[in-house]
Amino acid sequence: MSTWIDVCHIDDLQADSGVCALVKGKQIAIFYLQRRQEVYAIGNFDPFSQANVLSRGMIGDMGGEPMVASPMYKQHFHLRTGVCFEDAGVSVPAYQVRLENGRVAVMLASSPAQQKSPSLAVCEME
Amino acid sequence: MNMKQTLVVIGNGMVGQNFLAGLVASNAKDCYRIVTFCEEPRAAYDRVHLSEYFSGKTAADLSLVEDGFFAGHGIEIYLGDKAASIDRERKQVTSANGVVVDYDKLVLATGSYPFVPPVPGHERPQCLVYRTIEDLEAMKTAAAKSKVGVVIGGGLLGLEAAKALKDLGLDTHVVEFAPRLMAVQLDDGGGAMLKRKIEALDVKVHLNKNTTLIDDGTECLHKMNFADGETLETDIVLFSAGIRPRDDIARGCGLEVGPRGGIVIDNQCRTSDADIYAIGECALWNGQIFGLVAPGYAMARTVVADLAGEAGSFTGADMSTKLKLMGVDVASIGDAHAKTQGAMVYTYQNGASEIYKRLVVSQDQKRLLGAVLVGEASAYSTLLQYCLNGIELPEHPDSLILPQLAGESAGLGPDALPVSAQICSCYDVSKGQICGAIEAGCTTLGGLKAETKAGTGCGGCSALLKSVLDCELTKLGVEVSTDICEHFPHTRQDLYNLVMVEEIKTFDELLDKHGKGLGCEVCKQAVGSILASHWNDYILKKEHIGLQDTNDIFLANMQKDGTYSVVPRVAGGEITPDMLIAIGQVGKKYQLYTKITGGQRVDLFGARVEQLPAIWQELIDAGFESGHAYGKSLRTVKSCVGSTWCRFGVDDSVGLAIELENRYKGLRAPHKIKFGVSGCTRECAEAQGKDIGVIATENGWNLYVCGNGGMKPRHADLFATNLDKETLIKYIDRVLIFYVRTANRMQRTSVWMENMEGGLDYLKSVVIEDRLGIGAQLEGQMQHVIDTYQCEWKTTLADEQRLKRFRHFVNSDQTDDNVVFVEERGQVRPANAQERKHFKLIEEAA
Repeated sequence: MSTWIDVCHIDDLQADSGVCALVKGKQIAIFYLQRRQEVYAIGNFDPFSQANVLSRGMIGDMGGEPMVASPMYKQHFHLRTGVCFEDAGVSVPAYQVRLENGRVAVMLASSPAQQKSPSLAVCEME
Repeated sequence: MNMKQTLVVIGNGMVGQNFLAGLVASNAKDCYRIVTFCEEPRAAYDRVHLSEYFSGKTAADLSLVEDGFFAGHGIEIYLGDKAASIDRERKQVTSANGVVVDYDKLVLATGSYPFVPPVPGHERPQCLVYRTIEDLEAMKTAAAKSKVGVVIGGGLLGLEAAKALKDLGLDTHVVEFAPRLMAVQLDDGGGAMLKRKIEALDVKVHLNKNTTLIDDGTECLHKMNFADGETLETDIVLFSAGIRPRDDIARGCGLEVGPRGGIVIDNQCRTSDADIYAIGECALWNGQIFGLVAPGYAMARTVVADLAGEAGSFTGADMSTKLKLMGVDVASIGDAHAKTQGAMVYTYQNGASEIYKRLVVSQDQKRLLGAVLVGEASAYSTLLQYCLNGIELPEHPDSLILPQLAGESAGLGPDALPVSAQICSCYDVSKGQICGAIEAGCTTLGGLKAETKAGTGCGGCSALLKSVLDCELTKLGVEVSTDICEHFPHTRQDLYNLVMVEEIKTFDELLDKHGKGLGCEVCKQAVGSILASHWNDYILKKEHIGLQDTNDIFLANMQKDGTYSVVPRVAGGEITPDMLIAIGQVGKKYQLYTKITGGQRVDLFGARVEQLPAIWQELIDAGFESGHAYGKSLRTVKSCVGSTWCRFGVDDSVGLAIELENRYKGLRAPHKIKFGVSGCTRECAEAQGKDIGVIATENGWNLYVCGNGGMKPRHADLFATNLDKETLIKYIDRVLIFYVRTANRMQRTSVWMENMEGGLDYLKSVVIEDRLGIGAQLEGQMQHVIDTYQCEWKTTLADEQRLKRFRHFVNSDQTDDNVVFVEERGQVRPANAQERKHFKLIEEAA
């Protein structure tokens, strides 16, 4: 059974940007959307460039959905599901993450939220 | 067996070359072996812009022949060898050097020669003409020992020649027989306004002057004596009293010529011998000689069509012209003199602004017959379209020449133009061709120019081209969204203005007021750049961090494996041995791959994020500062070694390069900016391939703008000549800030200018003439950026909080195990996929 693993203090996060955490040997990119007071966690490995760089991408939204743009070749990944906006066949793991008492914790089992949300389907049509 | 016929072209001037280029692009190219004779020592060059030879252009710049053109198309060219005679019986051409070529078809493109009136004394030394590069060389030599120069002839060419004398630093006069300047194209009012404007530029104009004798002067070499008893002393006399067709070779073989010269041609440009064509200024069609290049090109096209077995005919040409004479806009359309029966005239004259406009309309006021514009010629293309296409005039035709008051537009909607309307006369591009290119997917002004060539000649049709583009896109239902992204319904320029006017200091404030959603990497970076350009805060301030991409956040350039490269500034490329050693030591200590960049500095690759602060501490201790290689900002000012060491150097290019680099370092812009400074016209710094290029001349600095290398290289345009340093810097300040304020995101200066309505001329008018009245403001903003410069690495190293971010993991000091190097040629490089697999196997085995 998965459990919450403490990672860092909220002040260690970078507002409206990302950091990378090492959790049981896995590299996890954690993003802090200050405007919405939301935190997201996905794999740090960019499948397109084969480098551990996603935490260094710029974040924002596409059609209202939270995303990070890879700093290498600029593909966009959904912050909640890890699915690539440009190629829905490619995705990175997405993890559950929570803020509690000023601490950030993640759960290692890949989150079940991998199903596509309706708004993503719209994006695919474009 | 060779089935090819031989085609001989006599003359490799502008029209002769245009014919060859047209022929090799046509179906007829494989049917002929092509031979051409060129009397001048160099192949075709641009005579229309000849005076630019004195404002910095070289013979190579003026050349109209692409490298390898003749060889590549198998054309035999005899340079410096004049075709001397034609034997029509034997169908042979014999040259001055004795070359004999048999022809099947012959094209005469012998052009014209300057008419020198038989005034006694016209053969004295330093009595010159103005037509070839050799003539210009003679002018230059004469000017070196002269103070005063006189042009005889106040026509179009005469005024061009006067500009050349002025550029050579002479006290310049124009002497004209007629009672006004440009007598053929202008009416009295227009001629008078032009005279006023030209005299304001310190060129003396003498009208109604008939020169009767040139003899010895007392102050100068010559004294010119006029019929009215007056005299004028001068060192140089330049004849520009019209042209005469060069038809001697045609006369020699018995072809029909006109009573006043000119080889008679029919609508197919055939002479009285069906196998011989004549094109350009040597040809006489319907009793008329055409002394402009566009009709010559039209004749060339006609002959190409005829040879290719296609329909085509020359049926006269419009002689309308628009040009800039010594910076004065002048245009003449159709029946400028109102000679048509019943013609009515409208005149607008503005003494204060020195503008003169005249419309000649038909008796029923429905059709435009002609026009004259002096001092302001923006209506030219609209008026020309009315005239050429017989479009019905608006109810008040004078609205076309009255000043445009706010909100009004008297321009002709492109919808009113027929498909056949010629939009670009330089390259003969019709509205139909432009619409075709737009339908095929060309949706930007720059793209349309590249695709159709329209607007790339004199540029006079740019505004019309843009309106055709906009109109067609609207019709096609293509909504041209200029919004920067889904979060802001604005262009980058709009956002810049909002930031400036509302004094907005953060992205969140701008998003709250003018945008929606969270933003994205597109708008965030653009706004981050705007804020940095305008306020010049430290870019890693907490509120700005989210706006920077990874290069700006780590102040280094991300490479393919997620490591970074480091480039310290080496202003002007000048570096001491100690500084070089310091870079070497850092590279060695951190085992970085080192490479010399194209911008004359050293790039150190393979640094991990956690190493960056230590590397920079050592570089800063050694006296380096950030090179901003990571930013969309000024990169480098490349220089040659200049007059300090070079035998040929005219000025201190290194000194200027260092000064410019230190002045503009840190300036954030819509894209990267590169400079070059060369110490002489040999141009070793390749300044003409840069956004800002500076070349030393004996009379000061020449400034070039908007060039670049890269995917679509573009030569920079000559912007201003012979500048002192203070003026040079003033112009660069203004160009750069104007670019920063008005360009789209990720738009280099070249594309920015290509897409600007009015292009180079408009940019000049904003920067040099300050037509928007913002010159001081632009300079002020640049001064602010200079005053608030900081080395971002120095600031970062002093900030404990910032330094904490320079680690791969937020919760561990380990490094990224995915970064693997191997050695190659004595240095590290990232391992490739195969090598990685190999290492993994070894690791697992261990």
